[in-house]
Amino acid sequence: MAVETHIEVTDLRLAYGHREVIHGISFDVRRGEIFGIIGPAQSAKTSLLRCLNRTIDFTPDTHVSGSIKIDGQDVRKTGSVYALRRKIGMVAPLPVGLPLTIYDNVAFAPRCAGLTRRSALAPIVERCLRQAALWDEVKDRLNSLGTRLSGGQQQRLTIARALSHQPEVLCLDEFSIAIDPVTTMRIEDVLKELRREMTIILVTNLTQQARRLADRTMFLWNGDIVEIGTTDVIFGDRPKDRRTYDYVQGIFG
Amino acid sequence: MTDAPENNFTATPLIRKRLRQETMAKWIFFGMAAAMVVPLLLIIGYLAVRAAPSLSLEFILDVPRRGMTAGGIWPALVGTIYLVFLSLAVSAPIGILAAIYLNEYARDNWFNRVINLAVLNLAGVPSIVHALFGLGAFVYAARFGYSIISAALTLAIMTLPVIIASTREALASVPPSFREACWNVGATRWQAIRAVVLPNAISGILTGVILQVSRAAGETAPIMFTGAVFFKAVERGDLFPYYLDEQCMALSMHLYTLSTQVPGVMESIPYATAIVLLGSVLLVNAMAISLRVYLRTRKKW
Amino acid sequence: MNNLPPETPAPAGSAVRGVKRPAWARVGERILEGLIYVCGFSAIVFVLGIFAFVLKEALPIFARESFSLTQFLFSDQWYPTSELNKRYGVFAMIAGTGAVTLLAMAIAVPFGIGAAIFLSEFCGPKLREALKIIIELLAAIPSVVWGFIGLSVMSRLIMQYTGAPVGVNVLNGGIILALMSVPIIVSIGEDALKAVPDSYREAALALGVTKWQLIRRVLLPAAKNGLLAAVLLGVGRGVGETMAVLMATGHAVHIPHSVLDSVRTLTANIAAELGEAPAGSDHYRVLFLTGVLLFTLTFGVNLIADLVVRGIKKR
Repeated sequence: MAVETHIEVTDLRLAYGHREVIHGISFDVRRGEIFGIIGPAQSAKTSLLRCLNRTIDFTPDTHVSGSIKIDGQDVRKTGSVYALRRKIGMVAPLPVGLPLTIYDNVAFAPRCAGLTRRSALAPIVERCLRQAALWDEVKDRLNSLGTRLSGGQQQRLTIARALSHQPEVLCLDEFSIAIDPVTTMRIEDVLKELRREMTIILVTNLTQQARRLADRTMFLWNGDIVEIGTTDVIFGDRPKDRRTYDYVQGIFG
Repeated sequence: MTDAPENNFTATPLIRKRLRQETMAKWIFFGMAAAMVVPLLLIIGYLAVRAAPSLSLEFILDVPRRGMTAGGIWPALVGTIYLVFLSLAVSAPIGILAAIYLNEYARDNWFNRVINLAVLNLAGVPSIVHALFGLGAFVYAARFGYSIISAALTLAIMTLPVIIASTREALASVPPSFREACWNVGATRWQAIRAVVLPNAISGILTGVILQVSRAAGETAPIMFTGAVFFKAVERGDLFPYYLDEQCMALSMHLYTLSTQVPGVMESIPYATAIVLLGSVLLVNAMAISLRVYLRTRKKW
Repeated sequence: MNNLPPETPAPAGSAVRGVKRPAWARVGERILEGLIYVCGFSAIVFVLGIFAFVLKEALPIFARESFSLTQFLFSDQWYPTSELNKRYGVFAMIAGTGAVTLLAMAIAVPFGIGAAIFLSEFCGPKLREALKIIIELLAAIPSVVWGFIGLSVMSRLIMQYTGAPVGVNVLNGGIILALMSVPIIVSIGEDALKAVPDSYREAALALGVTKWQLIRRVLLPAAKNGLLAAVLLGVGRGVGETMAVLMATGHAVHIPHSVLDSVRTLTANIAAELGEAPAGSDHYRVLFLTGVLLFTLTFGVNLIADLVVRGIKKR
């Protein structure tokens, strides 16, 4: 696969009030790769994702500087922030089944975008539920509430919803935190399938998960990049930075 | 200690004294709670007993007769219904939208703190000051005169904080993660509110509207100088006796008039009027409460 | 088995990308959001409007030479309809409001806070739920019904047990007002006690103290500000209450010397005389000035209560 930059982050800084949590980081994400981000808690991983789709705007008193470019377009100068968010699928740590029917959960984003014809929505719903490996379990009860599903099912529903607006980038924020290992493995299989279609950013606190899935991994610590490298290097015996080795081996973190 | 080991945990006199103290405190506080509930029940019971000779369907449907010393309360009841629904039609939309603004749109800055303070103080303004405002603003400045419109608008502004507060509470009970999930897939603020927040808050909002009905029905001072009148001749059982630009009778005002201004009223009539007013207000409130309790049992998440 | 489907179906024909919301939907949303903003700001407009209109009707009185603000505030001479020498002093009414509110608080605060303690610390969830509903219903009783209770029931009881010649007086108004303010004191007070972290309770109980000691040494000091706010809101309600005190306190304009004296409050004075004062007359303007005084008074009390509550939330 030709190496092509999809997302380009340059000197990104983020402060909540006077407290700076991201201290000027720069990195690239390549088109079609799974880009892992690992790091202990409080290392601004989630904040980074929220800068990417600009939901950080909803938090009062935040200051962002530097630039994030997706396909060369700066996210902070984009014409429509809603169109930007539709380019990015976002999956939160805890599954959020909206209190709507399963069908409406998945059809929500296309509807918000302005697609209302049922004939166009039905295939999208089916495709996304299939991609998220949930279709077979729910195809007979699409009209029951999304919130009534089990945790693991809700997380797959969340993924289906994130796919429903055909994003170019899929961000997963510690998706396995609230679900059992079997479901986790199943979603990991889903991600391996999806990488053919889109770029995936995988934020995780399970280093082994990044090792299993990611092409390249970034180790973020307290708002600074410690190291970016291919999986072989980061998880190998000789990463460039001693701290990476210690963290991956579980010596600190 | 010389006691056997199993006696180590028996109560010493000091502990027994403390426990007695605790039991006593419990009963004293219970007494204090009971002291506000019991007399009230007694009083309401007393009112009901005194009202009994007059209470009948006829009392509700009939008009006051012989200089308001006999007869029923129909015109006052209809007037109250007019005032309540007209004021509701004004304040419910404004209040609900204001609550949506405060809970969903407002950022935490000085301007919105001022708005919050304004809502709080609007709730604290004495009802008689609302009456003065209604008189100055609607009766004279807006030239609505003494009319149902003036009275209903005054009531509407007075009850606005009730609906703002309860709607905000209902909106705030919808978890923020739902909104974020909507924003993440590119929904605008309003789309998120429309699709997820409002459907789940609607029952709480409805409860607020019902409470507002009960509040508006009981108020006297704000309508006394803006549109309520002592007496108005009305046909028995007439459903539409008033035009909006004329004055009307109201139940609360009627009770005040009967008990302080009219000599020689039949003993049980003011009591019966009080019971009808009290009964309808408490009924409406009980409806709101049971709606809330019922809805709490069937949350969607 | 729920493995991945053997092949993902081809992407649906019409992509989501490139779809646009219809113009009417976008414009409609804009209009609606504009409306939401306008309604949001309306609370400020209303409060300022109330103050402005009441003040506007009152202001011309200051142009009259015969009127002086000191006399208005500190004289107990209230003769608005005297032919020769009209005098507008509301001090007796201020004293009446003060006396009734003070007595009401003296009754309502201990009972209200006692009931709040019982609700939050002693009673089981079922009883609590029931009591809270009763308290909510108590708060819903219209003030004119309270006034009627004062006039018809309470006054008879007072005449019977104290031997007072008139049953409508400070005591009557105070009791009625106390019953009216108890619900607000209980509900805010209970919130304040709830806000004390459970860890305090557990830490104290682990030391082997009894509930009574826990309440006196831990909870009351910790919930001090919230309880203060509850009392202040009760005061605000007491000062502003109109119909109940109009009917239950009698109509004598003089400074009360005992709880069995009849008095008139600021609110009752407006309610009783506004109907007789011709629009635009001095009498009418003085009544509006009394409204300005009441507005300022309750505004101040509510503001302080809000600051106290805010202080708790910050902590």
